[in-house]
Amino acid sequence: MVEESPMNAQERILARIREALTVPAPKPGSHGHGHDHGRVEAPAPVFSFKGRPVHVARAWLPPGGSTPQEHLTRFAAASAELKTDFRCVESEAEAHAQLRQIADTEGWKRVATHHSPLTDAASTALARPTLFTDGGYVPDDLEVCEVGITTCDVLVAQTGSLVVNSRTSGGRALSVLPPHHVVLARKDQLVCDLTEAFQRVEEMHGQNWPSMISLVTGPSRTGDIERILVLGAHGPKKLTVLIW
Amino acid sequence: MSNAAQQFLEAAGTITRNLRHRGLIQTALRKYEVARDRKKSAFNDWSSARQSAAETKWDAINHLDTYLTEFTSKIEARGTKVHWCPTGPEARDTIRGIIRDAKAKCVVKSKAMTAEEIHLNEALEKDGFEVVESDLGEFIVQLRKEPPYHIVFPAMHLTRDEISDLFERELGSSPTREPEELTMIARRALRRKYIQADVGITGANFAIAETGMVSITENEGNARLTAALPRVMITLLGIEKILPKLEDLALFLPLLATAGAGQTVTGYNTLYGGPRQPGESDGPVEWHVVLLDNRRTELLADPEQRDALHCIRCGACLNVCPIFRNVGGHTYGTTYSGPVGSVITPHLRGLQDWKHLSNASSLCGACTEACPVKIDLHHHLLQNRRNAIGETPSWIERLAWRAHAFVINTPALYQFGQEVARIVEPLRLRLQGTPLDPVRSWTRTRDLPPVAPESFKEWWRNRR
Repeated sequence: MVEESPMNAQERILARIREALTVPAPKPGSHGHGHDHGRVEAPAPVFSFKGRPVHVARAWLPPGGSTPQEHLTRFAAASAELKTDFRCVESEAEAHAQLRQIADTEGWKRVATHHSPLTDAASTALARPTLFTDGGYVPDDLEVCEVGITTCDVLVAQTGSLVVNSRTSGGRALSVLPPHHVVLARKDQLVCDLTEAFQRVEEMHGQNWPSMISLVTGPSRTGDIERILVLGAHGPKKLTVLIW
Repeated sequence: MSNAAQQFLEAAGTITRNLRHRGLIQTALRKYEVARDRKKSAFNDWSSARQSAAETKWDAINHLDTYLTEFTSKIEARGTKVHWCPTGPEARDTIRGIIRDAKAKCVVKSKAMTAEEIHLNEALEKDGFEVVESDLGEFIVQLRKEPPYHIVFPAMHLTRDEISDLFERELGSSPTREPEELTMIARRALRRKYIQADVGITGANFAIAETGMVSITENEGNARLTAALPRVMITLLGIEKILPKLEDLALFLPLLATAGAGQTVTGYNTLYGGPRQPGESDGPVEWHVVLLDNRRTELLADPEQRDALHCIRCGACLNVCPIFRNVGGHTYGTTYSGPVGSVITPHLRGLQDWKHLSNASSLCGACTEACPVKIDLHHHLLQNRRNAIGETPSWIERLAWRAHAFVINTPALYQFGQEVARIVEPLRLRLQGTPLDPVRSWTRTRDLPPVAPESFKEWWRNRR
């Protein structure tokens, strides 16, 4: 038997796909009636965001609110349901004060974070032994930290989510390995919904994508045992979001 | 009858009499229904969102060659190795090769139905690798050496006591009735594995053509850890997972979470676009994306049922199916159970051996109604019945139908038949369901309607 090169396998699969697609399939919802011959284009976008077309589906999805105040209210409500500890504070100084208070209550001995204006100021304020993940680290050193403190790209009012990435939020593991994940953000990072979140993320990174972008919604959870909710399955048991 | 059909009947017969199992499933699914309905009502328009998703998936599947090419060229440009695998064995060998080249000992794995489909774990264990399932439900069923019960809730059929006993036996933990404590036992057992493992294997929920990214949905954070710490990452991806645009996720993530588990969005929805990039502090140095066909192109070649490839594996059709709720996930003997499994398995594994699944349906249509991408599931079951008969019509059935047509078309003969039926009726009633009954396999569990004392025609004649 001749060993086949990967190119051959690719060509074989693509050839099978092209052959299969020579017969058109009925459009969704037609129950096999009204055959539509020839290839039909994707549904036309009718909404726009900052001059760019937006998928028609945005209008059907759960709403995210229309004013910054509504966004904040929705984010807070979603956080409460998700058991995210969401704190909207007056100033960075107050955020640091709250952070110190949490650190004392939970008895943080080792803190893990990454370099950025927000996290640098916070780690100075915390004044505890700190592991910075930028430029590489030993996984065991991160595993023993009680908390991972990161920034985020955006916060999503519609879902109570936040977006971290592997380049500017300290890597892939910082936001998921320590048992407590603390996110520091400014109020203007809060966006309406997922559509806007993906647009913003593309504006920030579209020229040079980080290798990982994660939409985080609440602390780690599972319902695998009798559908009973348990927090902290493998990732953080606690998620704290501090914004000002 | 095929072996698979025989096994289905036997397993179904046993499990439907198991009231404890039924109670467990009903309780779990009632909780799901309440959560799902609440989240559905948060949509501005659920049915339009479904239609929109169906159209987007239609576009993706009906231009699959274009989107797959776009996806692979984008993802390869950032240092990912893409492997095209026409069959299950080829995918398995590719993955075994990658693991051997990495000189790996321990492999940590997050949930992937495609891996179940190609029996990856068995193959890797035979090669002497330790493979650890990291999703809690999958970890539990792996310890029990059984396949997942449900595509989204793998350990749904087990009580906390059974899981506690299992952990006590396999992990030496002390017994507990607290789901939280049980979860923490698994958490502790797996923590070290993420750090020790040389290779991490994941599945995928979506592949974004526009940006060359794979999207993985999970609640526990185990897939994130699997993709963060081992130095080699492998993602097994069915070719039908394609979505054209990044912003399509704004629709599909809430739809998947709502239909699948009654959540607004799932805990972690993570996009991967490559291995560790310059300037990043962690992540695998090698990333392999294994693209799996495994007869998906056969389903693609059937335009009538092509929309079954729209499936996003949310499990909603299983949850509402009266058959699934009674016979449970293991009875099917397939990787994908419930209505969608009954539709696609005959295409993936052969129609004649698996045609019985088309009859494991009441044709109530609850599955079609629940499907977030509007797959015409119950009609596809009917089409599979038709196709199965068309392939190998049984001579006995052909003869019976021909005789039936002849009698129906000959009024005198039909009338004569009625007379005979009326005369033998008392005898039939006495024989029904007994070993002497020639159609016992039918009448054992069903009543035949009694023959009317007079026909409509006679009644009409007497009335005048």
